[in-house]
Amino acid sequence: MSKILIRGAKVLGGEPQDVLIDGETIAEVGTGLSAEGATVIEAEGQVLLPGLVDLHTHLREPGREDSETVLTGTRAAASGGYTAVFAMANTHPVADTAGVVEQVYRLGKEAGYCDVQPIGAVTVGLEGKKLAELGAMHDSAAGVTVFSDDGKCVDDAVIMRRALEYVKAFDGVVAQHAQEPRLTEGAQMNEGVVSAELGLGGWPAVAEESIIARDVLLAEHVGSRVHICHLSTAGSVEIVRWAKSRGIDVTAEVTPHHLLLTDELVRTYNPVYKVNPPLRTEQDVHALRAALADGTIDIVATDHAPHPHEDKDCEWAAAAMGMVGLETALSVVQQTMVETGLLDWAGVADRMSFAPARIGRATGHGRPVSAGEPANLVLVDPAYRGTVDPADFASRSRNTPYEGRELPGRVTHTFLRGRATVMDGKLA
Amino acid sequence: MMRHLISAADLTRDDAVLILDTAEEMARVADRPIKKLPTLRGRTICNLFFEDSTRTRISFEAAEKRLSADVINFAAKGSSVSKGESLKDTAQTLEAMGVDAVVIRHSASGAPFRLATSGWIDAPVINAGDGTHQHPTQALLDAFTMRRRLVGRDAGLGRDLAGKRITLVGDVLHSRVARSNVDLLHTLGAEVTLVAPPTLVPVGVESWPCEVSYDLDSVLPKSDAVMMLRVQRERMNAAFFPTEREYSRRYGLDGDRMAKMPEHAIVMHPGPMVRGMEITAEVADSDRCTVVEQVANGVSVRMAVLYLLLGGSEPAVTPATTRIEEK
Ligand SMILES: [Zn+2]
Repeated sequence: MSKILIRGAKVLGGEPQDVLIDGETIAEVGTGLSAEGATVIEAEGQVLLPGLVDLHTHLREPGREDSETVLTGTRAAASGGYTAVFAMANTHPVADTAGVVEQVYRLGKEAGYCDVQPIGAVTVGLEGKKLAELGAMHDSAAGVTVFSDDGKCVDDAVIMRRALEYVKAFDGVVAQHAQEPRLTEGAQMNEGVVSAELGLGGWPAVAEESIIARDVLLAEHVGSRVHICHLSTAGSVEIVRWAKSRGIDVTAEVTPHHLLLTDELVRTYNPVYKVNPPLRTEQDVHALRAALADGTIDIVATDHAPHPHEDKDCEWAAAAMGMVGLETALSVVQQTMVETGLLDWAGVADRMSFAPARIGRATGHGRPVSAGEPANLVLVDPAYRGTVDPADFASRSRNTPYEGRELPGRVTHTFLRGRATVMDGKLA
Repeated sequence: MMRHLISAADLTRDDAVLILDTAEEMARVADRPIKKLPTLRGRTICNLFFEDSTRTRISFEAAEKRLSADVINFAAKGSSVSKGESLKDTAQTLEAMGVDAVVIRHSASGAPFRLATSGWIDAPVINAGDGTHQHPTQALLDAFTMRRRLVGRDAGLGRDLAGKRITLVGDVLHSRVARSNVDLLHTLGAEVTLVAPPTLVPVGVESWPCEVSYDLDSVLPKSDAVMMLRVQRERMNAAFFPTEREYSRRYGLDGDRMAKMPEHAIVMHPGPMVRGMEITAEVADSDRCTVVEQVANGVSVRMAVLYLLLGGSEPAVTPATTRIEEK
C-alpha cells in the first residue's frame, strides 16, 4: 500500500502538523515530515479529525432499496466524513435475526466506503412484545452491540427492563426511541403554539420526557447502560442531566436538525420538515446546543432517514417522516456549535467520533490521531461556504431541509483504513 | 384581494368587509324570481372533495351555479391519506383540463395550502375545510349572519363587528370552525371567548387573540352571540370528557342557560346539530337560533368569494333588467 502525507492540517483544530499514512495505519504525526515516496495532500487551513461515526443511520436495505441501499448510504456517509455507521434495524425484513444483521454487515464490507455496524432489533418485528435473539445477533459475524426498535418505542416497561438486563451479558446497549405511544396518537408535529394554529396533531414534549425518565430509572435499577436516541426537548436534557448526576449509565444523542431547525418551519406545510421526533421550539434548540456543549448530550447522530421524492411530494399528513442527514451533518454542527463558540474542533471530534465509537463499541474507530492507529480520518475545509444542492448528494434520496440554504464547511478527504473514499471533495 | 382563500387569518379587515358587503349584494339575487347571474359564464370550477360533506358541497355548488359557472364535482373519498400521491395527481389532472378554480375539502390539515403553493396547479384554490385547521367560508358566513342580526342588514354595510362579544362553545381542539372564527372575528374587531372543558382546548391557545373560559354560565350574560360547536360522541371514548350527561350539564345549551343571555343575543350552530347533548330542541327551534339562516347565508358568502377571486373588477350585480340570464 502506498504512503500519503497530509501536510499542514490542524489536527483536531490545533497547530498545523503533518500526518503520514502508511498502508492502513498512521505512521507518523509531526512537523516537517518527509514526503519521500508519498502522495502529498496540501491541507493548509484544513482541520483533520478522526473519521466520523454515526450511531443512528437508516440504510433501508433490505426492503426499501428505492430509498437507499447499503452502497448508496455508505457513499453518502463517506461524503459526509464518516468511516463507520450504525444501521438501524427497521428494515424489511426487520433486522431481528443473525441472518439479517449478517447480510447488512456483509453488504457494507462489499461496498467498502464505510464500516457498517448493524443495530439489532430489541423485539421481534419491532412489535414490542417478545425479545429478539439479542445474543445470537451479538455472536454473529456482525457482532451486534447496539439494539434498538427505533422508529418505535419499546414502551412496555417489562420488556424494556428485560432487554436492559439481558444485554449486560455481552456489554450491549439498548438505544431507545423515546415516544410514549398513547400520548402521540395522531401526532404530526410538536405540540404547541404552531400546532394549535395549523391544526396538526400535537406530539407533546412530555411523551418523550416521560419515557426517558422511566428508562433512566430502569437502567439504574438493573445496573445497565441505556442510550437515548435523538433528544429533542429542553425537558429531556434536564432528565438526562439529573440521571448522570446520580451516576446512572445513560448516554444521549441529538440530531443536527434539532440543533438548527424549529417548528416555525412547519408553517410552510412542506413535508421536508416532517420528522420524528418533531422539530421543536427555539428554546429547545438552545437547550440542546448547551447540553451538547457541556457533555450532557454525548453525541451527534444523524438519524439519516432517506425517502423517495413521491413520499414527500404530497400533503403533510400523508408524507413520510424523516430527512437525510449524513452529507450535511458536519456543516450543521460547524454552524450551530463551532461558529457559535459552543464547541471547538476537538469537541466536535469527541461528539462525532470518539464518543459514538465508545458507546457503540466500534473497535478501530474513534481513535486518537497518532502513530500506530488505524488511518480512519476526515479532512475538513472550514472556510468553505456553499449552497446545499441535493443534486450533488450521493444518497439515493434527496429529502433534505437544507436545499438552497448556505452551510459552512466541506469534507475534502475521507480515509478508511488508509484508503481515500473521498478525494478532493469527490467520492473515490 | 388575494389569489387563494386558504385561511381566515389571511383576510385583512377590508377584505373581509368587502366579502360581506358583496355577499349582501349576492343575497338580493336569491330574492329574485330567477336566481342566476352571468358573472362566471364559461368558467369551470371543480369541487374537489376528499372528505364527505354534502352540506358544504351543495352550498358551493349552488353558489357556483347561481354565478353560471360550469361545475365539476370530484369526490375522492378516503383515498388520499393512505396514498399520498392522489392529491398531486388529481391536481395535475384538473390543471390539464383547464379548470379555473378549485374548491377543496380534505381531511388533512394543510392540504389546500399545499395545493395552492406546490406548483401542482395554477388555478385559485378555495379551502372548503381542511382537517382541524381552517374553514374560512364557514367563518365568513357566520360573520355575515352575526352582522345582519347584530348590526343590521343595510346598516351593516361597510361595517365590521367592533365591540361585539362572541362566545364559541365546545370542541375547540378538533374544530376548524373555531380556528377560522377566532381569526376572522378578531380581524373584524369582535371580542371572542372560547368555552370548553380543558381537554378540548388546544395546547398553545394562549397565542390566539381570544379569551378562554371553562365556565359557560359566567360567560353567557355578556355574550352577543353564542356559537355551539359540534361535539362528537367518540371524543367521550377517547377520555376528552367523562360522559355525555356530564358534558351537557356543563357545556350544553338549554332553555335555562339561554335565559341568561342578553335579550338581543343569538344562538348559532354550524350544523348538523346533535340535539340533546350540545343543544336542546327548545333552543334549536327558538327564533334566536340562526341555523337555517346560516345555511342560506352560506350560499351568498360563497358566491361573493368566488366572484371576488374569479370575477374581476366588474360590479357583482347590475340592475336586474339588463343582466339577468334568460333561461
Ligand atoms: Zn427514532
